[in-house]
Amino acid sequence: MDLTHSLRLVAPEELLSVVGLALLLVSAWAGGARAARAVTWIAVAVLAACAVLVVPALSGVAPADASAFGGLYAADAFSAYAKVLIYVAAGASLLVAPAFFEKAGAMRAEYPILVLFAALGMGIMVSAQNLMTLYIGLELNSLAAYVLAAFLKTDERSAEAGLKYFVLGALASGILLFGMSLTYGFTGTTSYAGIAAALQGGMAKGALFGLTFVLAGLAFKASAVPFHMWTPDVYEGAPTPVTAFFASAPKVAALGLTMRVALEAFAPQAAAWQQIVTFAAIASIVVGALGAIGQGNIKRLLAYSSINNVGFVLIGLATATPQGASAMLVYLAIYVAMTVGGFVAVLMLKDADGNQVEQIADIAGLSHTRPLIAAGLAMVMFSLAGIPPLFGFWGKFVVFQAAVQAGMVPLAALGIAASVIGAFYYLKVVKVMYFDDAAGKVTGASDMTHSVLLAASALFISPLGYLLTRCLGSIAQTAAAVLFHAA
Amino acid sequence: MEHVGLIPVIAFYLFATLTVAAGAITILARNPVHSVLWLIVAFFNAAGLMVLAGAEFIAMLLVIVYVGAVAVLFLFVVMMLDIDFAELRAGFIKNFPLGMVLAVVLLAELLMGVGAYQTGGLKLGTADGTAVAAAGASNIEAIGMLLYSKYLFLFEAAGIILLVAMIGAIVLTHRERGGVRGQNIAKQVARRPEDATVNMQPEVGKGVQL
Repeated sequence: MDLTHSLRLVAPEELLSVVGLALLLVSAWAGGARAARAVTWIAVAVLAACAVLVVPALSGVAPADASAFGGLYAADAFSAYAKVLIYVAAGASLLVAPAFFEKAGAMRAEYPILVLFAALGMGIMVSAQNLMTLYIGLELNSLAAYVLAAFLKTDERSAEAGLKYFVLGALASGILLFGMSLTYGFTGTTSYAGIAAALQGGMAKGALFGLTFVLAGLAFKASAVPFHMWTPDVYEGAPTPVTAFFASAPKVAALGLTMRVALEAFAPQAAAWQQIVTFAAIASIVVGALGAIGQGNIKRLLAYSSINNVGFVLIGLATATPQGASAMLVYLAIYVAMTVGGFVAVLMLKDADGNQVEQIADIAGLSHTRPLIAAGLAMVMFSLAGIPPLFGFWGKFVVFQAAVQAGMVPLAALGIAASVIGAFYYLKVVKVMYFDDAAGKVTGASDMTHSVLLAASALFISPLGYLLTRCLGSIAQTAAAVLFHAA
Repeated sequence: MEHVGLIPVIAFYLFATLTVAAGAITILARNPVHSVLWLIVAFFNAAGLMVLAGAEFIAMLLVIVYVGAVAVLFLFVVMMLDIDFAELRAGFIKNFPLGMVLAVVLLAELLMGVGAYQTGGLKLGTADGTAVAAAGASNIEAIGMLLYSKYLFLFEAAGIILLVAMIGAIVLTHRERGGVRGQNIAKQVARRPEDATVNMQPEVGKGVQL
């Protein structure tokens, strides 16, 4: 094992941890809201630098060159793709934070620092080549996330969200660990390649139990049905920038991790997990679509929407083909843009005193008072619903295409049917904004960074996004191919 | 089975009996503080068992981590929280049958598991040999060697997890309190007698000026 080579491969992780530690010292000595703002900007710059660092790997790396620390970690095209998405999403959730927390008088430098460490954990998750690496990355991310959910400690809802997330997250971690130890016991190894080799001939009952528990634990982290119950409560209670973070970056990390575990470690026994993933996909789509209908709070609505979207991503995994995996990656990129856009628009909804407006009834007639926010939110909603001229349609299209190519026509048909149900509540928001009598509540001024971010994500999901399909598709294909090189 | 001398056998039964007995008293003691103290006794005896098994590192961990930190933490919690344990126990008799059923189920599972393993019904994987200790190394050396070379990355990342836990605990509990008079040593040292005292010559019968 060449240590220097390994250390060079984990450069993004090193940069994140060193800067995180340095910023921690800065915040300890120069606390206060102004220092917090500076720390936030530095953290965003570091995330951008890390994203640039991993870009060269996007075009593909030989498996031998990508493997670090004797096969614990891989810096390949797949991890690079997921990391770019994770770092961009984490950076966006940092950019929107100062305006929100300063209003609440709770802007502290620990927020960007915790997000940096969470991003570090997520990077480790998607690069994991070993169950131990997986668990370490997952716990690093989760622990930071629990604290972030409770960050507004004077707000009862935020504290409740943090506690709920912590208790359920700890339970899920336990289930995951149980599954991992069963897998280890019945295969004799924790490395993905080793597990795949041990499962080549057939699978012992114990390993099947292990696989099931591992998938259950990961489904919790990705909030796939039937492990989704925490999502609406936590998303509603957590401070909105944190919710934007939860809905974007950790989803990419958890789904990327699930792809790695399913397609690398358990690849020889694909039939065993395909039915689990298929069920989770269908259930997530249906529950996400039906659950959102009755929601009055826009954050809860977006929470159900994210459950719904996880279902669509899992359709890609259920196919167990390279097309399906690459479709998942394309979908995730578009999903991150839509989610960030959606939550930024929600952050911009403020009343005259600058307080956040979260009830859907209160944004009635938004198109009269704040036409630009209404337009941005409407674009996000249309895109989430998958209505053609917008880019959200492309994500759904590639996923369904992959499902049909893999011969899973009923699954694709169910998905399409459920997305029609989903369109109902997305369009309801648009109808409330454009055709209802103005409630006149949302009148507060918006922060500059919010407007810029909303404009950027609106541009990405606009029909102009289709210019990217070719390049996004080929990058996703290279990244997905990594998962199949062993097979 | 290799041959073992009489002394280790006696030591084993001594430690084992004391561990089980201390464990039983831990859950039977009326006073929760006594329970924690008996738990510490159980930990010490378990450490003795680990030494007998040749796992001196785990024995050390048991004493340092469990006795030194965890048990003391328990003591703090037990002493600081005003929990009426007698009241908590009141439900014991009511739930006793259910508890017995669960215990029997667990025992049956345990016996079936061991039975299946003994008869070869469980096909466990064979270890892949990635974590084999160097020949002749004591187990502290062996663990250290793995932790600081092969698993260096995971070890460092685990350190960051602990750091995040610490940041989290401080973020969630730290409060900025006004009116706290912290000590400012530089200011104290820089203070000169003439800043703090004045010479006065009050006239008789006029009182003093403050």
